[in-house]
Amino acid sequence: MDQRDHTVGGPPPTPDGARGPVAAPVRLRVNGVDREVPLEPRVSLLDALREHLGLTGSKKGCDQGTCGACTVWVDGRRVLGCLTLAVTCVGREVTTIEGIAPADGLHPMQQAFVDHDAFQCGYCTPGQIMSAIALLDEGHAGDDAQIAEWMSGNICRCAAYPNIRAAIRQCRDQREGARGATA
Amino acid sequence: MTTNIGRPVPRVDGRQKVTGAARYTAETVLPGLLHATIVGATIAHGRVVAVDTSAARTADGVVAVYTHENLPKIPGQPHLIPSLFGFPAPGQSHFPLQDDRIHFAGQPVAVVVAEEHEQAQYAARLVRVEYAPEPSITTVEQGREQAYEPERIFGGFVPARTERGDVAAGLAEADVRVDATYRLAANHHHPIEPSATVAVWDGDQVTVHDTTMGIKATQLTVSALLGLHPTQVRVLTRFVGGSFGAKAMVWPHVALTAHVARQVGRPVKLVLTRPQMSAAHGHREAQEHRVAVGVRRDGTLTAIQHQKISVTSPFDDWAEPVVGVSSSIYRCANFSGVHRLVRGNTMTPTFTRGPGEAAGMFALESTLDEVAERLGIDPVELRLRNLSETDQNTGKPWSSSGVAECFARGAARFGWDPDRTPRRRRDGHWLIGTGVATSAYPVVYSAQVQRARARLYSDGTAVVETGTQEFGTGVSTVMGQVAADALGLALDRVRFEFGDTNMPNSSATVGSAGAGSISAAVHRAGTALRDQLVGRAVADPGSPLHGAAPESVVVTDGRMALRDDPEVGETYGELMHRGLQGEVEAIGEWRPTGFDAPFGMMTFGAQFAEVAVDEDLGLVRVRRLVGAFAPGRVLNRSTARSQLMGGMIWGMGQALLEGNEFDPRSGRWANNGLGEYLVAVNADVPEVEIELVEVEDRLVNPLGVKGVGEIGLVGTAAAIANAVHHATGQRVRDLPITVEQLLPAVPFGGS
Repeated sequence: MDQRDHTVGGPPPTPDGARGPVAAPVRLRVNGVDREVPLEPRVSLLDALREHLGLTGSKKGCDQGTCGACTVWVDGRRVLGCLTLAVTCVGREVTTIEGIAPADGLHPMQQAFVDHDAFQCGYCTPGQIMSAIALLDEGHAGDDAQIAEWMSGNICRCAAYPNIRAAIRQCRDQREGARGATA
Repeated sequence: MTTNIGRPVPRVDGRQKVTGAARYTAETVLPGLLHATIVGATIAHGRVVAVDTSAARTADGVVAVYTHENLPKIPGQPHLIPSLFGFPAPGQSHFPLQDDRIHFAGQPVAVVVAEEHEQAQYAARLVRVEYAPEPSITTVEQGREQAYEPERIFGGFVPARTERGDVAAGLAEADVRVDATYRLAANHHHPIEPSATVAVWDGDQVTVHDTTMGIKATQLTVSALLGLHPTQVRVLTRFVGGSFGAKAMVWPHVALTAHVARQVGRPVKLVLTRPQMSAAHGHREAQEHRVAVGVRRDGTLTAIQHQKISVTSPFDDWAEPVVGVSSSIYRCANFSGVHRLVRGNTMTPTFTRGPGEAAGMFALESTLDEVAERLGIDPVELRLRNLSETDQNTGKPWSSSGVAECFARGAARFGWDPDRTPRRRRDGHWLIGTGVATSAYPVVYSAQVQRARARLYSDGTAVVETGTQEFGTGVSTVMGQVAADALGLALDRVRFEFGDTNMPNSSATVGSAGAGSISAAVHRAGTALRDQLVGRAVADPGSPLHGAAPESVVVTDGRMALRDDPEVGETYGELMHRGLQGEVEAIGEWRPTGFDAPFGMMTFGAQFAEVAVDEDLGLVRVRRLVGAFAPGRVLNRSTARSQLMGGMIWGMGQALLEGNEFDPRSGRWANNGLGEYLVAVNADVPEVEIELVEVEDRLVNPLGVKGVGEIGLVGTAAAIANAVHHATGQRVRDLPITVEQLLPAVPFGGS
């Protein structure tokens, strides 16, 4: 907790750096921007994003780690925001759905989801997309069976699954095409 | 002019949804917003003896804790009426926190309001409730002896008994009789967005942001329960994160949020937790069906008897009506359908996607597969021989059908093989089987006049609006297409607005009725405005169209011109500028086709499934689903396909995964989260193929739209169960089909 800055208020740390149960300032780096908010230590990363940082793109579907709607990246790895305490993300790089698109455009995976109608209500979609991009980086998009298996932590109750797979295939093939062209 | 209707136009909200910019109810930002949490009863039946809220009240950040002892009583009495009908629509005839009685587990016994979400959740755990429990009934088995036949079910608008002819005589004259019992586990909707309500008062008026399938239903329910005029309640809802029936009725937490916000004098947000989603907005009740079918050697049906028993709440006679489809689509002179109920300690069950049709057709279509097997007739052929051109309950001809073409195209796409010999195909240790079932879903309507408003600005752009909401159906995309065609504008000139009770009214979008009813109002609004402008042009001496017959004028891309001489014309904007009109408006109205229409209204389809059953482990994997559907006119082939596909995958879930049970000792649900209540995930789902069989229907509504929201689910489970029988030789009659049911038979060669 040595990154803590006390300009926001809250109790001072004890000499050993421990903090109590009440809200204290926490500095989080989200989508490349440092943000400082007073948070109780029990606040999940998901609630910190949604309730305290105004980043509501990450969704709360179950708050139990079963639906995947809250999927974000911490240091580039996909994690469940509802099962991650915000204070454990100090000093790490948090990336959310709001942080993946280039200015004025869409990430190719976002575009692929639109192209393939890979959602209906849209509530699970940010989590699906954060998982889908991570899936490519993990090398888990080799074939449809692999995509299906490694996307199974993200429930889509509208059941757009075949379209989600099609979107991931499109993005994978574009990426491989681009790699082939530069090789 | 039809240039946009039907096109697979990408969703207009696609960018918002893939970037996380689309805002849902729980994301409403308001200064001073408080967080509320419900404390649910841990017993299923009994009384609250004492509540100790002292620890909760003094916990950090807590603003108030309400129980039946200190929450002011609500002035209204909830009375269940389906939201479609345009009246207050409480999900059950009961409101919590009015007295000390507990009728079902999870019934709210306290509400905690705090500054922060975590503080409310923590304090909720500090509320100590002492109960005097009484014995509970939550399963059919516990209450079978006390079962009764109600007069009416389903919110009072469906008779519990449907009969014609003489079933006993029909069964007696049959050459072959099949009589079987089916058991279906309870289903939950579990939309990924938990239900949420945000209420903010301004004097004696309240604005309610709500996860609802009907903003008007929320408005009327909140006003009725809280003793307000509808004019005092405004409901705002844009995006809803799925519903499937969970948000079709207005459940107590909605008015409770507004009630509590009034007490504390600040805006309040209440979001249900995932476990609370099992006992906060009803469920598809667990049910047992007994189906007896009599048939002659040539496949002619002589009798269908369909009986159902299920548990309802202490408050309402609710059962999914399971014979609406099974009584009407097959030629059969002798039919008897009866719903019986057990009064128990559950909340009132409710609409769940394909309410009644999905369960009823599982039982009937499984039975017909057995009939076909006994007769040695191709099950496709058996259905084609018996499907009726008229509604068998009324004798009225269908407004349109298309079912024969659905079977033909579906069978061709699927590569249907009529050889029904079980255990004939295998792929390694997997036994392969195929199955088929009829799909059908009624065209549902209300008596409410549907309204939309079209407003054209002089720059040639238009807004069309109605009081509906977007929960993934694609309404915001599709109605733009409808409006553009009606107005004669390019698609990008038209914006569809929705989500505010101050807009013209359209019914709750339930029963797959949204596309038909809203498109009717939008189409009428667009054409009314177009006609108004054409009328002005032909009457305007300054217009090149002056003196032309209005019907000789067509509008394309906002330009009115003579059909036979397109050079002669002018744009809407030119006419409006000349007349110094900044904007023009029209209201479109459509009164839905009534119950006394001289035709029956049903959407038809055909379902095909291929499954693989692991011979050693009893695992069932669906390899292919093919559905062919005839939903009248398709407004957007992409979004329609998505809805049908979603419905079919729901059917797969009903067949193989989804089920919750009451623990009969505690009266509580056993599986309260998505870790325990299994829904289809990506790895469960095969490729799904859909044939759209467009049939012209000039009768159901102005554009001939029959709806696609639920039919995808109807017949899927039967097609899968029939495929399991084809694969293994074993007929599974209980849903979901589990490994346990298949294990004894599979290794030893069938039952």
